[in-house]
Amino acid sequence: MYWNEKYECMPRDELKELQLSRLKNTLERAFYNVPHYRRLLQNAGFEPGDLKSLEDLKYLPFTYKKDLRENYPYGMFAVPLSEVVRIHSSSGTTGKPTVVGYTRSDINVWTELMARSLVTSGIQKNDVIQNAYGYGLFTGGLGFHYGAEKIGATIIPISGGNTKRQVMIMKDYGTTVLTCTPSYALHISEVIEEMGLKPEDLNLRIGVFGAEPWSENMRREIEGRLKITALDIYGLSEIIGPGVAIECPYKNGLHVQEDHFLVEVIDPKTGDVLPPGEKGELVFTSLTKEALPIIRYRTGDISRLIAEPCACGRTSVKIGRIEGRTDDMLIIRGVNVFPSQIEHVLLQFGETEPHYQLVVDRVDHLDVLEVHVEVSEKMFFDDVRSLEILSKKIQNEIETTLGISVKVKLVEPKTIERSEGKAKRIIDKRKI
Amino acid sequence: MIVKQLSVFLENTPGRLYAVTSALNDNGMDVKALMLADTADFGVLRLIVDDPEKTLKVLQEKGFTVKITEVIAVEIQHTFKEVQKILEILSRKSVNIEYMYAFMGENPGKTLIIFRVDNLKAAAEYLKEEGIMV
Repeated sequence: MYWNEKYECMPRDELKELQLSRLKNTLERAFYNVPHYRRLLQNAGFEPGDLKSLEDLKYLPFTYKKDLRENYPYGMFAVPLSEVVRIHSSSGTTGKPTVVGYTRSDINVWTELMARSLVTSGIQKNDVIQNAYGYGLFTGGLGFHYGAEKIGATIIPISGGNTKRQVMIMKDYGTTVLTCTPSYALHISEVIEEMGLKPEDLNLRIGVFGAEPWSENMRREIEGRLKITALDIYGLSEIIGPGVAIECPYKNGLHVQEDHFLVEVIDPKTGDVLPPGEKGELVFTSLTKEALPIIRYRTGDISRLIAEPCACGRTSVKIGRIEGRTDDMLIIRGVNVFPSQIEHVLLQFGETEPHYQLVVDRVDHLDVLEVHVEVSEKMFFDDVRSLEILSKKIQNEIETTLGISVKVKLVEPKTIERSEGKAKRIIDKRKI
Repeated sequence: MIVKQLSVFLENTPGRLYAVTSALNDNGMDVKALMLADTADFGVLRLIVDDPEKTLKVLQEKGFTVKITEVIAVEIQHTFKEVQKILEILSRKSVNIEYMYAFMGENPGKTLIIFRVDNLKAAAEYLKEEGIMV
């Protein structure tokens, strides 16, 4: 089943021609409308007309998350704000989020990509989709929402949280498709059990899970517990949102929507392009985006390309599961968390060099973040109440910054393990 | 009298209190009074010692987070009547007690009570005015 067979199954030669002409347009748009890109390309001695083939892509400079942050909020936009119909943003380090904008055409493209993604995963017009991705600035909720409406399915825009109500609605409204993060899917399966229900009491048949890395083990567990087909979806707001790549029921990689994005895997240290099969950092270039054209964006996600043809008939190249990060970013309940964000909060509490540690675990299939903070004399009060207030204040500040709940634990000085003088910032106990 | 009390931050795990007392014992220090306040995750150990400044140094060198705070020490007969008398004064003068603890005094039949209050100097004055041996 295809949503748009012409593009999903386009012969590779034809696809490459399309990509080249679209890449030329994107370069021009970026060069003439975004000062950052003009500077970058000129410094690299590159003018839009110089691009002769797709192989020339490797000569173009990279775009980093910090470029978006330094041009906060609208500096990377290639269109005036009057052309932008929607803004999304991700939580960013040191309080500055990365802002992304969409023109009417960008929204239409994104909706098309999500429609394709849903159909690729086997979802049809008569499905009832319970969308438990967060609605709001996060791209997950609205991305799925518009795609589901496009294919004519019934969408329940429930957003995340309140798991008992999720299960009740799932049962009473006859939900056939669940969309959320994989860890939340597992949590829902636990609550289903707690409520004395069995998968047979529900109509669930497919789950499309993303926004955080997961494993084949997790897939088996979700599929076994919920008696569904569980498929992976990939995306990030800087590129467009969910729908950049989608797994088909053959479960052998995620199809990249190549008529809209160029994908490369590079060696994160040297920046060299790696051949299919080799593990490295995913880099994307947008081909049709108007508001925020993006050239060779370093995602920080580690994966590999799968070039072999897929049994589903789609001609696109695939990426393997996300296997990790090149930086110290953590993904907790679908939210990106950098240790520097927490450091920034602790600096507000009078510490010039706060010692802290993030301990991430998965309890009842939900990610739990514990922040251990060494108590210095500046933070120390003789009475327990003041210490508890301090701990609560730190917790509130971190929660406001990250947008997820955390537990703060005050610990004694020098108890956080230090290696070569630097404290070990992250302990990730999750098994995914 | 107003005395100096040491407060030590401790994690609520086995062996932490022992680490403090070991450090003190190894340096030949004695403890006159000791009280431990606890929460689920951490505790605050309060100590009355002969030489608070020296003890502070010893504990800081051992890497503990320590602070000196001032508290009121009152010696009374160990009866509830005596305790009541003090509490009545503090209550009448609207002094808020953050915490208190008591231990056997050096004189027979006497108890030393330690108060941590919101307004230390004023509280000590009130008690003196009412004829309490502070």
